[in-house]
Amino acid sequence: MAEVKHNIKLPKESLEKTTQTINLGPTHPATHGVFQNILEIDGEKIIQATPTVGYIHRAFEKIAERKPLYQVTPLTDRLNYCSAPINNIGWHLTVEKFVGIDIPARAQYLRVIIMELARISDHLICNSILGVDSGAFTGFLYIFQYRELIYEIYEEICGSRLTTNIGRIGGFERDFSETAWTKINKFLDEYPRVLKEFEDLFNRNRIFIERTQGVGGISAERALAYGFTGPNLRAAGVDYDVRIQKPYCRYQEFDFKVPVGTTGDCYDRYLVRNEEMWQSISLIKQAIQKIGELKGEEATKYHADAPDFYLPLKKDVYTKMEALIYHFKIIMGEVDIPAGELYNAVEGANGELGYYFISDGGRSAYRLHFRRPCFIYYQAYPELVEGSMLSDAILTMSSLNLIAGELDA
Amino acid sequence: MLNSKFVLDKLIEKFGEVITGYEESFGLMAIHADKEFNLKILQFLYDEEDLAFRFLTDLTAIHYPDHKGEELVVTYLVYNMTQNFHIRLKFALDINESNIYTASQLHPTANWLERECYDFFGVNFVGHPNLIRVMNVDEMDYFPLRKEFPLEDQTRTDKDDEMFGRGGHFNFGNFSV
Amino acid sequence: MQLSKVIGLARKNSIWPLPFATSCCGIEFMATMGSTYDLSRFGSERLAFTPRQCDLLMVMGTISKKMAPVLRQVYIQMAEPRWVVAVGACASSGGIFDTYSVLQGIDQVIPVDVYVPGCPPRPEGIIDGILRIQELVENESIRRRNSPEYQELLKSYGIS
Repeated sequence: MAEVKHNIKLPKESLEKTTQTINLGPTHPATHGVFQNILEIDGEKIIQATPTVGYIHRAFEKIAERKPLYQVTPLTDRLNYCSAPINNIGWHLTVEKFVGIDIPARAQYLRVIIMELARISDHLICNSILGVDSGAFTGFLYIFQYRELIYEIYEEICGSRLTTNIGRIGGFERDFSETAWTKINKFLDEYPRVLKEFEDLFNRNRIFIERTQGVGGISAERALAYGFTGPNLRAAGVDYDVRIQKPYCRYQEFDFKVPVGTTGDCYDRYLVRNEEMWQSISLIKQAIQKIGELKGEEATKYHADAPDFYLPLKKDVYTKMEALIYHFKIIMGEVDIPAGELYNAVEGANGELGYYFISDGGRSAYRLHFRRPCFIYYQAYPELVEGSMLSDAILTMSSLNLIAGELDA
Repeated sequence: MLNSKFVLDKLIEKFGEVITGYEESFGLMAIHADKEFNLKILQFLYDEEDLAFRFLTDLTAIHYPDHKGEELVVTYLVYNMTQNFHIRLKFALDINESNIYTASQLHPTANWLERECYDFFGVNFVGHPNLIRVMNVDEMDYFPLRKEFPLEDQTRTDKDDEMFGRGGHFNFGNFSV
Repeated sequence: MQLSKVIGLARKNSIWPLPFATSCCGIEFMATMGSTYDLSRFGSERLAFTPRQCDLLMVMGTISKKMAPVLRQVYIQMAEPRWVVAVGACASSGGIFDTYSVLQGIDQVIPVDVYVPGCPPRPEGIIDGILRIQELVENESIRRRNSPEYQELLKSYGIS
């Protein structure tokens, strides 16, 4: 068990004689995922918090040392399972950069569409659950319906709703069908109105503002010292976004703004995520427009020419000899990759999701380490919560958007 | 503008023999140095105005069982946010004497990352405020991510190894135990 | 009309579940509770998060060895009659994680009534699992919880 200090000396005006130790979690309705916090409280005020993690440790990094590269994609799904496509595409980008595969423009724009849909779906959950934790259940029910629309889009493209395993090393497994485009356009038509309705419920709501403003705030210097990235850092005032600093997937051609807050408290984090959803909608519209402008052969290629990694089409496997040999090589894991190491990062919904990939020239990774943003910024939780009330601790935890799968890997 | 050669030259100018080598891959330079100086090097990179690597992006360890005397490598990835530049530092440790100074006073980010390195590899960070296991159960007595330990739980009795392609009569040749 | 049939009918249409959601299957459960695949039309309107007040323990997600004692404690705290459904591949058998830190199926620590396979199972699959639980609840004899076979089962898990 973690080290906990008991019987901390309380100030003279306190009514209690000693502090009370309570256990918040691992099974608790308000912790989204399995985290435990041992809290020392004086009445309702928290004196000290000690978090313990690891209740869902599944040893991803050790599993990845065993699997060939395309089998690591389902593992990355289960890191931040609310926005699984971003993890998948981040891994594919890492392998493609390592091996040196060029992705055609259409595939890159399609990837941008999928990643921004995933970002919307993750921020949807975070904001509506923040509402549920402060007592407002309606927002959650209404806006979760639009998550069903996003699930239908994923299902049309890759077959699965939540843990998508979307795309391949080299592009996508099939082009987006007519139904997929209809569904995407339907989502873009209906969602902005619903997001506006959600904002009307929460943004100027007296109770919500009183519950979230001034709660769990952090200054920009402390946030940088603790290694925050993503919306939590942007709410504290630093505009660091991996899509702008180290662009990938042609993000440098898109026109979008990065919302930045001031005090870093729960209300600022809520507003930053809300604004990011609007920016994502604009990015998807721009990507669809850019796909429409592609001409000639570029307008139809949805995967790269990488026979060592990209499975050939089934009709070729059954008719051509080469395709059969490549299919066999890839499935039996006979593809060798060069030795070397690479660190590649994408902007996940929670921050900078990094993949540190070391290869020794074999068939699988020698060491694969995930730089998980949730794990790094959860260390700051005691500092955010000490001195505030017990109910503020719950809201701080849910506004940080902690996902257990990403925290424990 | 920062570039790798500038950083390397400044480090060699200040520390001289301590820097034992460097390698560059995909635009990121990794500088190898002696493990006794890890905190001094990180402090130098933090304090110098024209280097200013004040953000610790990542900290992890790698196990090379074949390099005798330098089996564990602890690596830090530091970042200069204003100039958008990363640099990687690597320090090699012997597996029987794996002590290295903690960076958690300088970068609070390193606190749990070092606990994770201890939990998985057994690296002892001298001066860490609370060096106990973070992910695995507290009663575990081995360091699971070292190469000699297997992935699966060895106490299972219900798995039939022959059907999984291990042991028995079948050996496809692409699985090394 | 036998009394046991009336009791069975009443019990099966008012099961109060405890969602023990740890990972990805928990998000599919949230979708099941939403309006498209409404679970509350089967009587499970009130989700209790306290084991003392609920009937059905739905274990959704991977249970690691660190979490297993917690799960056992929650099960022991539940009052009879109680049912357990293991949702997802990880809860049924460890799923894709055949590693040193994951419990290979929750039936190593608590007795399970229904297993729902899938990774994650579709909401229709979770509802199918609930319907099978309803069948079990309807047809269960009122004396089952005091019978020697049930006591044997609990003793084999070390819960007395």
